[in-house]
Amino acid sequence: MSASLTPSPPAAAPAAPTAQPGWAHHARHVLTENPVTGVAAVLLALFVLLALVGPWIVPHDPLASNASVALQPPSAQHWFGTDALGRDIFSRVIVATRLDLGIAFASVAFSFLIGMPLGLAAGYFGGWWDRIVTRLADTIMAFPLFVLAMGIVAALGNTVGNIVLATVIINLPFYIRVARAEANVRRNAGWIEAARLSGNSNLRILAVHLFPNALPPAMVQVSLNMGWAILNAAGLSFIGLGVRPPEPEWGILVAEGAQFIVSGEWWVSFFPGAMLMLAVFTFNLLGDALRDLFDPRRRT
Amino acid sequence: MTAQPPLLDVQGLSLEFRTRSGTVQALDGVDLRVARGEMVGLVGESGSGKSVLGYALLGISDRAAAVTGGRALFGGLDLLQADERTLADLRGREMSMIFQSPRTALNPIRPVGLQIEDVLRRHAAAPGADLSRSLRQRAVQALRDVAIADPERRVDAYPFEMSGGMCQRVMIALALACRPRLLVADEPTTGLDVTTQAAVMDLIATLARERDMATVFITHDLALAADHCDRIVVMHAGHVVEAAPTRALFQQPRHPYTARLMSSTPGAETALADLAPVPGNLPDLRRADLPACRFAERCERATERCRTARPPLQAVDADPTHTVACWHPLGTAAVPTAAAGTPVALETLDG
Amino acid sequence: MILKLIGKRLLGALPNLVGVVVITFILTRALPGDPAAYFAGGAATQEAIDQVRQQLGLDRPLLEQFFRYVAALFRGDLGLSLTTGQPVAQELISRLPASLEMVLLALVVSCAVALPLGVLAATRPGSWIDQLCRVLTTAGVSLPTFFTGLLLAYVFYFLLGWAPSPLGRLDPMFSPPPQVTGLYLIDAALAGQPDVWWASFKQLILPVVTMALFVLAPIARMTRASMLAVLSADFIRTARASGLSPMTVLVRYGLRNALLPVVTTLGMVFGFMLGSSVIVEKVFGWPGVGSYAIDALTASDYAPVQGFVLAMGILFVLLNLLVDLLYVWIDPRVSIEG
Repeated sequence: MSASLTPSPPAAAPAAPTAQPGWAHHARHVLTENPVTGVAAVLLALFVLLALVGPWIVPHDPLASNASVALQPPSAQHWFGTDALGRDIFSRVIVATRLDLGIAFASVAFSFLIGMPLGLAAGYFGGWWDRIVTRLADTIMAFPLFVLAMGIVAALGNTVGNIVLATVIINLPFYIRVARAEANVRRNAGWIEAARLSGNSNLRILAVHLFPNALPPAMVQVSLNMGWAILNAAGLSFIGLGVRPPEPEWGILVAEGAQFIVSGEWWVSFFPGAMLMLAVFTFNLLGDALRDLFDPRRRT
Repeated sequence: MTAQPPLLDVQGLSLEFRTRSGTVQALDGVDLRVARGEMVGLVGESGSGKSVLGYALLGISDRAAAVTGGRALFGGLDLLQADERTLADLRGREMSMIFQSPRTALNPIRPVGLQIEDVLRRHAAAPGADLSRSLRQRAVQALRDVAIADPERRVDAYPFEMSGGMCQRVMIALALACRPRLLVADEPTTGLDVTTQAAVMDLIATLARERDMATVFITHDLALAADHCDRIVVMHAGHVVEAAPTRALFQQPRHPYTARLMSSTPGAETALADLAPVPGNLPDLRRADLPACRFAERCERATERCRTARPPLQAVDADPTHTVACWHPLGTAAVPTAAAGTPVALETLDG
Repeated sequence: MILKLIGKRLLGALPNLVGVVVITFILTRALPGDPAAYFAGGAATQEAIDQVRQQLGLDRPLLEQFFRYVAALFRGDLGLSLTTGQPVAQELISRLPASLEMVLLALVVSCAVALPLGVLAATRPGSWIDQLCRVLTTAGVSLPTFFTGLLLAYVFYFLLGWAPSPLGRLDPMFSPPPQVTGLYLIDAALAGQPDVWWASFKQLILPVVTMALFVLAPIARMTRASMLAVLSADFIRTARASGLSPMTVLVRYGLRNALLPVVTTLGMVFGFMLGSSVIVEKVFGWPGVGSYAIDALTASDYAPVQGFVLAMGILFVLLNLLVDLLYVWIDPRVSIEG
């Protein structure tokens, strides 16, 4: 986009510029300006809580089947109804939180830990490093990412570990690019030169100077990726890859209920799907809020 | 000056911006009169409100702007009260505006000829329109009028293929395509090199003369204004502080701010050491406690009266065309040192 | 001049194509255990497995295997499906139009909604429509396609009975139109069969809406952001100052310029769509390449899956190339400045 961004008709300039409002002030501003962000933060806390203590607080055993109460609509005993095997959907949905969030968290963490250093190195050293890393990122992005994840899990085997691995791989390019862009921009900055001249090793510069600067946009990416990773894992499970029944996972739960939708038993798929959506929504909102926080110019 | 009513008669225009950090009183009781065919220079520091005034006249102010008083009579119509439809009709046809940064002021992905044709098509029934020729031919003629060489070829060019000076000429062609009666030129030469500046100014002056078009030439460059303008209006912090024919202004600036501006503007023989910047900064126009004369805090002649009572824009000596808004204009007795600051009686003026 | 530019773009896409082939090759050899055993089938004897190994060249060094793989690709040989016994390439080609029809129509529908939405949101910043756009787009990106698909099927088929039963491209009562492109809507129109056209269209509605909802978000967001940026640009101010009508300013000066980054977003959007088409095909029983791969997957039949991944990769690279070329065509600055 090369249309220039100039301010609209000039307003009279204030005489003495007021001190820049602090980071905390800005944070408070963003949180209060958009109440939805506050809601998202609360929801996140709720999800984390469920992930941690879920299995202990559910009313029924998520794996206990009871054919006599199969496919019951939501009721006082079974808030979300029961599935084809008579299992309590509410309990299964709650317990699944741990697995889904766990997969997403692990995937994003590893992507971050591997992708950031790669990207920083590529942006900082340039040359061969840059070429190889960029080529790697571009090749990954040459695939529709979900398809690549499918291919990886299909090839390596149908386990949770491989879902994490596949998600890590397809998310790498995001972190590589973010880190590379930041390092590239600052590579020749005056203060980096100064650090180099005063004897700092390259590693130190990367770790101490460049990395913190790349953190803000990376954090936005992390939040958005969490939502994406959950969707990914659920999608893979939905088509039969990854988590295997009877282990409760939101995607699998939806898959289990898919066949009943057309005969009217909507609750089997609905509640896990709604929970899934809520979780992803939360992470997306948070990602937006983080982006507003760190770079208001890029608000979309 | 002339017996005719002025083409543009701005009376007491006040405008504010509502922003998150407060309300900015950008314009306060501004008067401006432009006669037909006259070139008036609107001079002042950045932030004095000159561009804001220009935008307000054309009705293209920012969303946050609100006119809080005054009238802007253009051929009998109050521009500030007119609806958007009327204004859009006037824009381009009766009054036009050109801006600084010509290259970004033109649509980057549309050939310049088509951009001119868009304006011509919009005001198809403009007086003097030569309807016998096609739009394209008229666009080519518009480019020729602004002395662009090889207009038949240039008409298909994109702005990024042209130099800054040429882009400015295209913008002038665009603005003048329908022969408006008034042109507002907002810093049209800023950013251009000196030779191109002179060429563009000459072009504007020539066209204005040929077409009997009035021009409001907004600039922070007093010297540039002096070269081409018939009259100069000096603005400071949203107020008009002085207005006079060019020669009279330079012979005897009456407002302390004007004098300061002059001594900070280099001329051909000025030594660097002789340049004296205007002290202080523009006051923060969001303040509720602004002094009545907004220059008071930067002025060595200021008294208590200056802070509490706003000096009206009035003729200070025999010449009715030279007006100034100051309680202690230059060329009068020095400011009394008494703290109370009794007003200087007119009888003590030197003349 | 333009040809040179196109050539440059084509060359730029080559490394990606190579990358796609390399990665899919790695995936084919990454199967846990003995790949020959997989390709030979579950009930094969050791003898049969060894035979398959030799046949497929799995006993040769890796590099040689790679070249054989590439050679096979050029021949159009993607292996055989264990479950159907048919060549994978043939199956993919015959099923591709089904997937493409759904994806392309979804793209058109999505743009038709997202573009005006983005423009409206940009011209009224902070208004309720802007907030609505924001919420919708955030929600849209959060929606898992399988969930939306199922919900839509439930509401519109089960509850309201408006949509037909989600069982594929065409009600069994009708037979498909004579094949010209493979896209039923086009073929039915060409053959002058309005009832077949309408029946195909009805079957397309739910899957298309499901996919369109998912990509509504990035397109609307990009349009909004791009419009906002363009509308605050200098040349818009000039256009207004020239008295051009608001519609002209908005569309000819604003939207046309704002669409440039939206076009580049389309490339990314295609990626999402190709990925989510797999899921949508499963939900609606759509006989496309995605469901082909899924069915093969559940049967532990790997050749189709790998063929599918490769095909999708190549398709995506080509689509991105097309988008790139489209951009060159509409932005004069790129083609002239080279």
